[in-house]
Amino acid sequence: MTPEELSELAVAERQRLDRLAHQINVCTATACHASGSEAIKTRLTAEVRERGISGQCLIRGVGCRGLCTNGPMVSVEPQGVLYQHVTADDAPALLDSLASEPVSHIQAPTDDPFYTRQHRIVLEHAGEIDPEQITEYIAVGGYQALAKALYEMSPADVVDELTTSGLRGRGGAGFPTGLKWRTVAKALSDRKFVICNGDEGDPGAFMDRSVLESDPHRVLEGMAIAAYAVGAHEGFLYVRAEYPLAIKRLTTAIRQARQRNLLGDAILGTPFTFHVEIRLGAGAFVCGEETALIASIEGERGSPRPRPPYPAEVGLWGRPTLINNVETLANIAPIIKNGGAWFAGIGTEKSKGTKVFALTGQVKNTGLIEVPMGISLREIVFDIGGGVPEGRSFKAVQTGGPSGGCIPDELLDSSVDYESLTRLGSIMGSGGMIVMDNTSSMVEVARYFMEFSMTESCGKCIPCRVGTAEMHGILTRFCEKRATERDLALLEQLCDLTRHASLCGLGQSAPNPILSTLRYFKQEYLAALESNQPEEVGAAAEEGRS
Amino acid sequence: MTVPPARIRTLTIDGKDVGAREDETILDVARENGIWIPTLCQMTGLSNIGACRLCLVEVAGSTKLQPACVTRVEEGMQVTAHSDRLAEYRKMIVELLFAEGNHICSVCVTNGHCDLQWLAQRLEIDHIRFPYLYGKRSVDASHERFVLDHNRCVLCTRCVRVCDEVEGAHTWDIMGRGTNARVITDLAQPWGESTSCTSCGKCVSVCPTGALFEQGKAVTEMVKHRELLPMLLTMRGRQR
Repeated sequence: MTPEELSELAVAERQRLDRLAHQINVCTATACHASGSEAIKTRLTAEVRERGISGQCLIRGVGCRGLCTNGPMVSVEPQGVLYQHVTADDAPALLDSLASEPVSHIQAPTDDPFYTRQHRIVLEHAGEIDPEQITEYIAVGGYQALAKALYEMSPADVVDELTTSGLRGRGGAGFPTGLKWRTVAKALSDRKFVICNGDEGDPGAFMDRSVLESDPHRVLEGMAIAAYAVGAHEGFLYVRAEYPLAIKRLTTAIRQARQRNLLGDAILGTPFTFHVEIRLGAGAFVCGEETALIASIEGERGSPRPRPPYPAEVGLWGRPTLINNVETLANIAPIIKNGGAWFAGIGTEKSKGTKVFALTGQVKNTGLIEVPMGISLREIVFDIGGGVPEGRSFKAVQTGGPSGGCIPDELLDSSVDYESLTRLGSIMGSGGMIVMDNTSSMVEVARYFMEFSMTESCGKCIPCRVGTAEMHGILTRFCEKRATERDLALLEQLCDLTRHASLCGLGQSAPNPILSTLRYFKQEYLAALESNQPEEVGAAAEEGRS
Repeated sequence: MTVPPARIRTLTIDGKDVGAREDETILDVARENGIWIPTLCQMTGLSNIGACRLCLVEVAGSTKLQPACVTRVEEGMQVTAHSDRLAEYRKMIVELLFAEGNHICSVCVTNGHCDLQWLAQRLEIDHIRFPYLYGKRSVDASHERFVLDHNRCVLCTRCVRVCDEVEGAHTWDIMGRGTNARVITDLAQPWGESTSCTSCGKCVSVCPTGALFEQGKAVTEMVKHRELLPMLLTMRGRQR
C-alpha cells in the first residue's frame, strides 16, 4: 500500500459510511460487555435484518465511551443521540425511534459536564469506531501519521517533534518521552527493540485496557513510528493475560495491519520494516517495572535488576530497547499529525497534553475520562465525576495506585500535573483515581494498598519483601486498635527504609500510601492509639471478668 | 589480539583517595583498599544482583543510595560507605531478615559459621525491633546427601546462581512472591527427586546460613567451605 492508496481507502470508507442513514454504535468494551452489550448488538442486528434496513442502518461494536456506571451505552450517529442502561429489549423501540424522537427513558444527556469538560486525544476514536475493522481506523485518518513520518520526516525529525511536544511518559514516572527516544536512537546496535508496556496492575485502573480494546491500531501506529524514530525493527506488546478482549482485538489489529502492509516488511512501500508480537504477562504487578518486564519477555522470572544500565543501553536480550506505556504510544500519532507545538499548547508548563484517568470509588460517574493537564482535582471529582453520592461527604481522592497517595478535601483545588501531585505526596501514576467518602478509614486504605504491595513484591530485595510485610502487620494492629506509640515510630522507620533502600521503583514507592495518610490524616492513626490507653484496656478487662 | 587498556579512574571512598580501573565496582575498590562494606547476596565468582541492599553507599551529587556491588566507579566520585544513616539501614535490613525467617542460632547446624550471624555481630545488633513473622516454612530432607531448611533461607540466591553459572545445571530457582518466595529445585519437586541436580554440593558451600547443609550434621558442625568457589574458578581460568 502507498500513502495515496491509504488516502483513497480512507475516502472510500468515509463515503460508504456517509451513505448510511444511521450508524448504531454499541459499546463492546469490557464494562459494557459485562453488562450484556453483546446481546443488545445481536438483537439490533437481527431486528435490522428483519426490517430489511441493513443497507441504511449499520450496527457495530465500538470501544469505551467512558461512563461505565451507566452502561451498556449505545449511540446513534450521525444524529448524535446517546442511550444508557440499554437492554436487549430496548432494541425494537430504539429502531422505531430512528425516524422520530429518541427513546426518552434510556436517553442520556450529552451536554453533561462528564462529556463537555473532557478533552479527548488518546480516546478520540473510543466509542466512535469499530476496533476490529482497520478500515474504520483508516477512515478517521489512521496510519496517516506513520505515512507522514516515513515519507516526510527523518528519524531525527520525529524525535525532535516529540521533544517539542513535551510529552512525558504516561506510565507514571513522567520521564520526557523525546529524551527517552533520543537515547535509544543514539545507542549503537545492529538490533533494537520497541516494547509497549500494557502490564496494567494498579487496583482501580483500567486506562490501558480501555485504549487497547477501543483503538488498538492507534497503539500499533505509535509503536511503528517509535520504531522508525529509534531504528528498531522488532516490537513486543506486553499485555496481561487477564485482558482477553484487549488481546483478541490486538491480535486482529496486528493481522489486519500486516495484510494492509502497515506492519511487516517494506511498510507503505518504504524500506522500513517493523514486526510486532504480543507477549502475555501472567499478572505480576512488578512486571510493569521495565527491567522486570524485559526479564519476563525473555522467559525469565519477572524480577527487576538494578539500573543503570538502563534498557535504552542494555535492554531486551542485551540490546537497546525503548519501553513506553500504552497511553504514551497512543499519543504519538496525533503529535506527528498535528505537530509537537500543537500538543505543547495543551496542559501546563511542565506537563503537556492530556491524561486519561480511571475514576472509581465513591463517586457518581465512575468510568474513564481524559482531561487536560492542569485541571483541578475538584473539577474532576465534582464536575466530571458528579461528586459523591447523596448523604455522604467527600473525604479524599487517591491517585497513583499503590505507589500513590491520598489527597484531602482542603487540597482539592490543586492542579493535576506531575509536579504538583508529587508535592502533595502523591503521584500521577498510570491514572487510577479512587474517590473516598467520609465512611472510609484512611488507616484501612493504607493497609489495603500495603497488602497489595506486600503480596505483589517480587521478593528479591529485603527492604521491599520484608519491609512491606512488617508495615502491613503494624497497620493491621492499628486497624484492630492494638497499636502502640512504638508501632507508630516503627512504621515511620520502615517507610524511610523501604523508600530509600529498595531496589526498584515499586519498592521505593510502596510506603507512599502510608506517608500520605500520615501527612493528612494522622489524627486517625492517633485515634487508634488513644483507644489503646491502659485505662481502657483495664476497663475492657474488668468487663470481660464480670 | 591486544586488549585495549582499561582507563584509570580516581575517586574517594570515605575521604580516602583511591585509584581504580574503569571496569571495577565501588565494592571491588573498597575491598582492595581495606574499606569494609557489608554484603550478603554478593559472592566473588558469581554475578552481582544488588538484591540484599546491605552494600548501599552514598554518592555525592545523587540523592539515591547506590549498591556498591553493581555500581561502576567514575572519575571524581565521592563515595560515603559509612555514615550513621547507612549504619542504621544496614542494621534494619539484617533485623528484617531475622524477623522474617526462623533463625534460632542455638539450634542451628551452622551456628558459629554463619554469614548472617556474623553480620549481626559485626553490625552490633543485640535485639530485633520488628515483630517476628513466624512464617510457616518446611524442611526438605529428601536428598541423600543434603538438606534444605526454608526456615533459615534468606533468599540471597547464591545457590541459584552458583548452580546456573558455575555448575551449569540450573537446578535451583525461585518461586512465589513477597515473603512467600522460596528457593525450589527443578519444578518445585523434592530435591531428592531432582533429575537435574548433580549433587556437586556447590550450593551448600556458598549458602550463607544453615538453609543448605549436609545430612548428619548437628548443631555447629556445618562448616561451609567458602574457599572452594574462588579456587575452582581459578583452576578453570574463569575468575571474575
